[in-house]
Amino acid sequence: MTPLQKRQLNLPNDRWKPLEIVFWLMPVAAYFFFPGYLVLISQIMIIGLFALSLDLILGYAGIVSLGHAAFFGLGAYTAGLLAVHGWGEPLSGLLAGAVVAGVFGFVTSFLVVRGQDLTRLMVTMGICLMLHEAANKASFITGGVDGLSGMMVGKLFGVFEFDLNGTVAFWYSFAVLFILFVVLRRVVKSPFGLSLIGIREGVRRMPSLGVNVNRRLIAIFTAAAAIAGVAGALLAQTTQFVGLDALGFPRSAELLIMLVLGGTGRLYGALIGAAVFMVAQDYIAGLNPAYWQFYIGLLLVLIVLFARGGILGGLEKIAQRFKPSRKEQA
Amino acid sequence: MLGNLAGVLFDGIAYGSLLFLISVGLSVTMGMMNFINLAHGAFAMLGGYVSVMLLSRLGVPFLASLPLAFIASAVVGLVLERTLYRRLYKASHLDQVLFSIGLTFMSVAAATFFFGPTQQPVTLPAWLHGQVSLFGLDVGAYRLFLIGIVVLITIALGLLIERTRFGAQIRASVDNQTASAGLGINVSLVFSLTFALGSGLAGLGGGLGIDVLGLDPTFPIKYMVYFLLVVAVGGAGTIKGPLLAALILGVFDVAGKYYVPEIGAFVIYALMVVLLIVFPAGLVRRKA
Repeated sequence: MTPLQKRQLNLPNDRWKPLEIVFWLMPVAAYFFFPGYLVLISQIMIIGLFALSLDLILGYAGIVSLGHAAFFGLGAYTAGLLAVHGWGEPLSGLLAGAVVAGVFGFVTSFLVVRGQDLTRLMVTMGICLMLHEAANKASFITGGVDGLSGMMVGKLFGVFEFDLNGTVAFWYSFAVLFILFVVLRRVVKSPFGLSLIGIREGVRRMPSLGVNVNRRLIAIFTAAAAIAGVAGALLAQTTQFVGLDALGFPRSAELLIMLVLGGTGRLYGALIGAAVFMVAQDYIAGLNPAYWQFYIGLLLVLIVLFARGGILGGLEKIAQRFKPSRKEQA
Repeated sequence: MLGNLAGVLFDGIAYGSLLFLISVGLSVTMGMMNFINLAHGAFAMLGGYVSVMLLSRLGVPFLASLPLAFIASAVVGLVLERTLYRRLYKASHLDQVLFSIGLTFMSVAAATFFFGPTQQPVTLPAWLHGQVSLFGLDVGAYRLFLIGIVVLITIALGLLIERTRFGAQIRASVDNQTASAGLGINVSLVFSLTFALGSGLAGLGGGLGIDVLGLDPTFPIKYMVYFLLVVAVGGAGTIKGPLLAALILGVFDVAGKYYVPEIGAFVIYALMVVLLIVFPAGLVRRKA
C-alpha cells in the first residue's frame, strides 16, 4: 500500500482545514474581482457539482460510468419542463430534478452494480444513449434538437429575480453547491463513506466485515444520480435553456476528464478539475474548436502516462516530498 | 412485405458483417489482453482515409486500396502499441478508458485538420454498382461483395488462430503469459503483432465501410458504441461471440431504422441493455 492510500484510510479528521476555508472564499472573491465573468463562474460551480456527484461513485466507490450525463439531463429536463408549463418556482424545481434523477438512478443502479468494469461501462453508456435518443425523438415534449425554450423561471424565494448579469444565479449556484458539499463531505468521512473506499480497494473482503456491498453501491449510485439531477436543474434554471447536449455522451466523457484532471476520490478534485477544464475550454475553444479537442486528448494521454492522481494527486506528492526533507534538516 | 423482410435481413447481415470485421480486433485486445481500447474506431477511420486518399488523389484501383488500408492501420497500431499501449496493460481500466478516449479525441481533431469536417465521397468501381439477382431476390452488389469478403477473412482468421504456429502462440500467450514466456515464446512480440493485426482489420473495415458507414472525422466517436457493443454483447475474447452479436445488432439496427424510424437508434440501445442484463459476461463465454 502506498503512503497515499494509507493516509486516506486513516480515521478521518472532520475539522475544516484553513486551506478549505480559503478555497471557499475564492468564488466569493471572484465575485468582487471578476464581475464580468459571473456567468462562467456560475457554470463552473454547477459543473463542479456535477463532477462531485461522479466522484462519489467513481472516486469513492470505484464504479466507472460513461453515462453520468443521463442523470444531469433528466434533472435539467425536469426543471425545464416544469418551468415551461408554468411551474417556475426554482427551489421546488431543483427538488423535482433531484427526485426524478434519483428515482431513475435507483432503478438503473440494479443493472449497474452487477457485472464488472466493462459491463458497467456499457450499461451506463447505453442508458445515457437511450435517454438521449428518446429526448431527440420525443421532440413534441423536449423540443428535440432545438432544445427546450420559453422557460419562465420564477423569483428565488419569491424575492430575487434572475437578472442578466447573473448575480442571483451566482449566489444561488454557490449556495446550492456549498450546502451539498458540506453534506457530501460529512458523508464521505462517515463510516458509510469509509466502507465505500473499502469496496473500491478490495471488494472481496468487504462482506467479511459485514458490509452488504450491493446495497451500499445502490445507495451511493442513487445519491450521485440525485445530485447530478440537482446540477442539471440548476443549469437549466440559471441559463433558462435545456438542449440535447445535456444528455449527450460527450458530456459524460468530458465530466470524466474534469474529475480525473482534478483528482478522484477527494471531492475538491472535482471542483478544481471543473474549474481548470472550463477556464481552459473558454480560452482555447475561442481559437478553434478542433484544436481544443486535440489538446484535451493530449492532456488525457499525458495525465494517464505521467500524472496519475490529477492536479491534487500531484500536489500531494510534491507536499510529501517536502515533508521528510524538512524532518531531515531538523 | 416478404421481399422487404428478406432485403432488410440481407442489408442487416452486410452491415453486421462489416461491424464484425472492425470489432474482431477489439475483441482480442479487450478480452485477451484485458485492455479497454475505446480508440479502436480511430484505426478504422485511418483505414478509411487512407483508402479514400488513394482512390481519389492517386487513382489507385479500389481493390488495391484495401490491402493498403490494412497495412497503414496495422503499422500505426504496431507503433502505438510498442510506444504507448504496452505501458498500460497493467494499469486500471479507468486509466485505459481515459487514455484511449484521449487518443480518440486527438484522432478526431487531426482528421478535421487534415481532411476537413465534411463527409468523404467514395466512388466504387462500376461492377460493384447496382443490384444483382440472388435466389430471385434483388440485392445490392456492393453489400454482397462485403459479405463475401468478410466470410473469406473470417475463415482466414479462424485458420490463422486455430491452425498456425503464430495462432498457437497467441492463444498460449493470452492464457498464461508467464508460462508462455517460460516456453520461449516472445510474448511481447506476439502481443504487438496481435494488436497490429486487430488494428489492420479495423482499417480494412474502415476502407470497406465508407459506402455503408460514411466517413467523417466524428467516425471514431459515432461508431465507438457499436464496436464496444459488439464486443461486450458477444463476449470479449472470442471470435464467435462478436460474430453472433454483430449479426444480431446489424439486423436489428437496419430493421429498426426501416420499420420504426420514429424511434430509430433506440431499438439498438435497448437491445444492448437487455442483452447485457441477461448475459453479463456476453453471449459466448471464452474457454478458460
